[in-house]
Amino acid sequence: MIDTNFYSILTYNGGAIIAMKGKNCVAIAADRRFGIQAQTISSNFQKIHRMGPHLYLGLPGLATDSLTVLERLKFRLNLYELKENRNMNPKTFASMISNLLYEKRFGPYFVEPIVAGLDPETFEPFICNMDLIGCLNLPNDFVVGGTCSEQLYGMCEALFEPNLEADDLFETISQALVNACDRDAISGWGAIVHIIEKDNITTRTVKTRMD
Amino acid sequence: MSSILVPDIPAPGFSFDLCQRNSLLEKKGYPAPKAQKTGTTIVAIVYKDGVILGADTRATEGNIVADKLCSKIHYLADNMYCCGAGTAADTEATTNMISSQLELHRLNTNRVVPVVTAAKMLSQMLFRYQGHIGAALIVGGVDNAGPHVYCIYPHGSCDSLQYTTMGSGSLAAMSVFESQWRPNMSEEEGKELVADAIRAGVFNDLGSGSSVDLCVIRKGSVDYLRPYEMSCKKGEKQGTYRYKRGTTAVLQKSVRPIIIEDEMIQRVDHESMDTSS
Amino acid sequence: MALVDREPSRYLPDYDVQAPKQLHFSPYADNGGSVVAIAGDDFSIIAADTRLSAGFSIYTRKQEKLFTLSSNTVLGCSGCWCDTLTLTRVMAARMQMYEHEHHKTMATPAAAQMLSTMLYYKRFFPYYVSNILAGLDSEGKGVIYRYDPVGHCEKNYYVAGGSSGALLQPLLDNQVGYLNQENVEKVPITKEKALAIIKDVFTSAAERDIYTGDGIFIKIITKDGIATDFFELRRD
Repeated sequence: MIDTNFYSILTYNGGAIIAMKGKNCVAIAADRRFGIQAQTISSNFQKIHRMGPHLYLGLPGLATDSLTVLERLKFRLNLYELKENRNMNPKTFASMISNLLYEKRFGPYFVEPIVAGLDPETFEPFICNMDLIGCLNLPNDFVVGGTCSEQLYGMCEALFEPNLEADDLFETISQALVNACDRDAISGWGAIVHIIEKDNITTRTVKTRMD
Repeated sequence: MSSILVPDIPAPGFSFDLCQRNSLLEKKGYPAPKAQKTGTTIVAIVYKDGVILGADTRATEGNIVADKLCSKIHYLADNMYCCGAGTAADTEATTNMISSQLELHRLNTNRVVPVVTAAKMLSQMLFRYQGHIGAALIVGGVDNAGPHVYCIYPHGSCDSLQYTTMGSGSLAAMSVFESQWRPNMSEEEGKELVADAIRAGVFNDLGSGSSVDLCVIRKGSVDYLRPYEMSCKKGEKQGTYRYKRGTTAVLQKSVRPIIIEDEMIQRVDHESMDTSS
Repeated sequence: MALVDREPSRYLPDYDVQAPKQLHFSPYADNGGSVVAIAGDDFSIIAADTRLSAGFSIYTRKQEKLFTLSSNTVLGCSGCWCDTLTLTRVMAARMQMYEHEHHKTMATPAAAQMLSTMLYYKRFFPYYVSNILAGLDSEGKGVIYRYDPVGHCEKNYYVAGGSSGALLQPLLDNQVGYLNQENVEKVPITKEKALAIIKDVFTSAAERDIYTGDGIFIKIITKDGIATDFFELRRD
């Protein structure tokens, strides 16, 4: 089948993001390439943003829209935190993004956000992704997004196991990401993995092919 | 006037800011990507004491399954639910919005909202958007006049029926209803018939899959059965693909501890909501 | 199975004008299906799912997509089914002609080259088929050849193709090719391990690809001949 997605604006800059649930922890990982179609511009681009102590947001898609959406979300998040004087629950944050995206139903932002985090009260793992007009998807294993989502789905379906410890979860998520990116021309060039636990956040940069 | 501290309340409804840019991009050869669809089987029937709604649980994005266990039977009010097919975000947002309007309506009138009210609100809203909101809905519920099933198309047409199906698996499901539905079925018969119709969609339509959700609405009570049945089990793996620790080459590692500097607990006394005004 | 498509842009039947209109005839259909092959030192295994579909409907759940060309060559096809039928029929005929002319069966590398030539011969109206050829070479080692629709041929040891090719290939890279793994012993794959991996990759593909499912036919090619196996997948 001809991949119509290839011509889509969502693949203009390229990139891949993935999040997985583990035992009392979540992991979110992304590649580090920023490119314009086939041309690579930089290999230290941030696609995952820290939105709170236990709240991370990945924004695959058109980079210009990712930044706009990020700024808008930060604004709304800060207002919420000022008003409520507490950290936002990841579930609430996801609904907030969904509302922001659906408002632009007929002229969408070209991003497919991924949220990973722990509940600030119960430290329950939370992951979710949504399409570009904000349809929430809340599975209890893993979510993927970006230009090599097919490859990521294939990897994750085989590799994922429930209740992995933080260190095992790191191996699984990194292998899924790195091998999927190797089969996508516009993702890769380094990878960054965050493991979110109750007491600390471990960030690792992973060695990958740089071509 | 707006200030930094008190931002303007934005105008309600859709924002069309990006439409011009997006259509420009489209002209340059970057068509807008497709949103998540629920290539779906949704059904509803009227039985002796009420209605039964049914849905599968697969959401697709092209040929890829985006969500294996999505919920397609949405809450509208305590006495009615709504199945949605089509663009997933649209069905979700539309039913949410109508649901809140119905609750306000219930508080205003102080009686059970008739199902026809919800159906009319949905169809009028969808008609206003001329089919651009891709939500194909089945509304089912029980009010003081008895059980009702309504079928609403994305352009806003609305039919009142005894049994109906919608979505990409609607033909498969309808073939089951056309051959087996009768008036005044018992609850057990009804549930099995609806599950059969969904199964027909799950197995014969590639856009539908995974499991069967049911929602039985009687006068005064609702059974939301999710999942009613896992029609297709996840395949069993032959081996495990767990890696030894240290398999992935790490270039750099940093640990950021989360330090709680100060903890304050504020007691909040519960008081009842002020509803006097 | 070819389809007549109307211009997909906004079509409003109620406001149709009685002017001449152009209809596009699309000679190709996509009938889905995936093929995976793994080659080892003294064997090669090829497997294909058994679902034949079009759009959102299933034509059959029991379609074997593997074609035994000789006692040590098997061709796996997915894509446009009518093209597959024609291609494999012509292929079988030419294999037979070779046998009559040369009094020996065509070897796997020769069959691979012939397939490439046959595909390129249709360069401007190609067979819309994703081909994977598995077999044993002259020394009895397993080999896999993969093709694009116009005859580019590449020798390989583990290949995934068809509708869920993108889902499966990175997993094979990782599990069979040991890519991106540190501190692992890169042992050549055994027949049992290859069989287990093939079943697992199809199980995961059936979860996410709507065109892959129902079951897989597996053909295990060794010097003793071709053994077959069948494995159930989910049917939704």
